[in-house]
Amino acid sequence: MEQIAFYLFSVLTIGLFLVTVLSNNVLYAMTSLAAGMVLISGFFFLLGADFLGVVQLVVYVGAVMALYSFGMMFFDATKDIKEKNTSSYLVFFLSGMIALTLVIMFSAPIMGENIIASYPIMAGATNPQAVGLVLFTKYLVPFEVAAVMLLVAMISGIILAGKKMDDSLTTKDENHEEDDTFSRKDIK
Amino acid sequence: MDAIIIETIVKAALVIAVFSALAGFGTFIERKILAFMQRRLGPMHVGPFGILQIAADGIKLFTKEDIIPQHANKFIFMIAPIITAATAFIALAAVPIFPEFTVFGYTIHPIVADINVGILFILGAMASGLYGPLLAGMAQANKWGIIGSARTAILFMSYEVVTGLSLLAPIMLVGSLSLIDFNAAQTGGVGEWLVWQQPVAFILFIIAGFAETNRTPFDILEHEAEIISGYATEYSGMRWGMFFIGEYANMITISFMASLIFFGGFNEWGILPGGLAILLKVSFFFFLMLWVRASWPHIRPDQLMWLCWKVLMPIAILNVLITGLVMML
Repeated sequence: MEQIAFYLFSVLTIGLFLVTVLSNNVLYAMTSLAAGMVLISGFFFLLGADFLGVVQLVVYVGAVMALYSFGMMFFDATKDIKEKNTSSYLVFFLSGMIALTLVIMFSAPIMGENIIASYPIMAGATNPQAVGLVLFTKYLVPFEVAAVMLLVAMISGIILAGKKMDDSLTTKDENHEEDDTFSRKDIK
Repeated sequence: MDAIIIETIVKAALVIAVFSALAGFGTFIERKILAFMQRRLGPMHVGPFGILQIAADGIKLFTKEDIIPQHANKFIFMIAPIITAATAFIALAAVPIFPEFTVFGYTIHPIVADINVGILFILGAMASGLYGPLLAGMAQANKWGIIGSARTAILFMSYEVVTGLSLLAPIMLVGSLSLIDFNAAQTGGVGEWLVWQQPVAFILFIIAGFAETNRTPFDILEHEAEIISGYATEYSGMRWGMFFIGEYANMITISFMASLIFFGGFNEWGILPGGLAILLKVSFFFFLMLWVRASWPHIRPDQLMWLCWKVLMPIAILNVLITGLVMML
């Protein structure tokens, strides 16, 4: 049962990501990317890591949605895009990388035998608890560094977008309406 | 093992059958209630009180020609409504609908998949449902459609933060992500309902829920007066119908979540048995959505973004902070 599900998910995921890379149409590429990301959460569910699976779902659904809005701005979604990519060096490099990845993939089970979990899951802990325990003990420093990085990104985002914040569209219109009513009163 | 598989399949089939029928019934109820509030009669001609209007609408939707525009991206255009309908039912899989009951000595848990991260799963599945309008708008080679899908992205960026942060405070109080645990935490009658401890979180959640289900103050995706029908402009027949089955199923899911998380769920309510209590609560929230639609105008996309990011999100974060402080002290 689990094996059937695993092979189904893996064939679908690899197929969808191939479409993402090979398709000339923005809409196909992004839709298959989103679908592939959703299907990856299936692997987490199969492994019993419900929490991580759901996080994968929530995070990537939102992230790919942001990509769509860029795609919408830059391309006509109903037409194919002509890609100009004739660099043979790139093809050479990429096929080399694919070969290397295949070697690593086939040797992974041999290496995997030697791995021992340094923080095994405690018996009785639910999924979110297990993730939280590891996150706030072993990985506390990377976690906090990531938090600081996100804070920096947020502040820089606010500064980049904040130049026009004093007259935002939402409040501006209301002021205009008030101005209009005032001027009408003046005329009367 | 086999028994579990068969039971799950039966439950899934039942959920799909019952909730798509309820979605059809929802359109009828919506028209009747809107008519009542606007001093009209609503559908009256087919059957007593127009109740057979549902059947007439169903026949119309099923037999109407399924038009695909010439320059549209056909494959994406065809699967977009299926995404909306399917994800709405996938989200319902993690909702415990009734208290468990016994039939012929066999205990039935009326929930399709009892995963222990139910709330996040429902939110994730419902969020991916917005890919339906997004793809539909982009695939149909229609300017109103593109505007509709751009607005879908705006809607999604706006509400999602508020939903997550507003539910964080009750999750901290209960200490679990499972809706069944939420229900069990409120067994002690009306005084134990989480809404008394978390009124702010409830209001934020219901506002974000209206945005999530694309209901009236925030129905920016398909507002007729501005963008014809938005993402659904080029759709006809059953594909159009599937968008609305999905929307009504999402409304029911949000109503279930509000009743389970904040209003005591399927616990016994005074003399009312649990099953009846939750039906009443869910019906009330469904009615609330129609009531709001009859009472309020809709707002602009930029106002929605302003509301969510500058008003609701700071309130939600303050609510989480205060809840955390109170729990620590």
